[in-house]
Amino acid sequence: MTVSDLMNLIQARDLTPSLPKDREVTCGYSCDLLSWVMSHGAENMAWVTVQTHLNVIAVAVLAEMACVILPEGIDMEEDSLNKSVSEGLCVLSSPLSAYEICGRMYQAGISAQS
Amino acid sequence: MDALFQTTYPVESADYTSAGRASADIKRKLKQLGVGGDVLRRVAVASYEVELNLVIHSLGGELSLSVYPDTVQLVSSDRGPGIPDLEMAMREGYSTANDEARSLGFGAGMGLPNMKRNADDFEIASTVGVGTTITMGFRLN
Repeated sequence: MTVSDLMNLIQARDLTPSLPKDREVTCGYSCDLLSWVMSHGAENMAWVTVQTHLNVIAVAVLAEMACVILPEGIDMEEDSLNKSVSEGLCVLSSPLSAYEICGRMYQAGISAQS
Repeated sequence: MDALFQTTYPVESADYTSAGRASADIKRKLKQLGVGGDVLRRVAVASYEVELNLVIHSLGGELSLSVYPDTVQLVSSDRGPGIPDLEMAMREGYSTANDEARSLGFGAGMGLPNMKRNADDFEIASTVGVGTTITMGFRLN
């Protein structure tokens, strides 16, 4: 599914509206330890995290992820959002918990691994 | 053998705002040089880990990228404080990161093992009070 389809699935707000939402999402992951994510991150991944600082964007871009999802309506700092727009990385905020976001993604056929 | 391309990035201690800039630039440069796929991904992960280690643990240092016809080499060297027990430091889950680093989601004790896993060749040498040097090689093709 695309990032746009994913937004509907998890009722997400678009924190990077200037970016296209047509990128394909092929796998998902949830973790807040950045080093852990560095070793398990993959291309076209949707990554659910409560972390919102600049290094989140760096990790997601290096791993060539499709998007970052913030659960429970969390917002992201402006610095981080500016960085994500300049890097072309979509950031979404969903009112659902990380558990429910992952559950819905899994049910919709997004696998754990790319 | 002479390097086709060589560049060095200074990395400051505790500068979490700029952390990741060197690795992002390394990835960009390698892409421009035609490096892609699995090697590019592995260099990107290892360079980010080693750059973050400089930010979190060192008193400051530098990260160098050298590209040879058959290898990409990353060398990190710092001005201390040095690692007293390398065997412990290489163990997955062991970390001496401070609270600031941990609050940002670092300090999982995955950095060094992750570098070793992603590099084809990995060497670390450290002297307490002097500094640490990490050399990683990635074979092209």
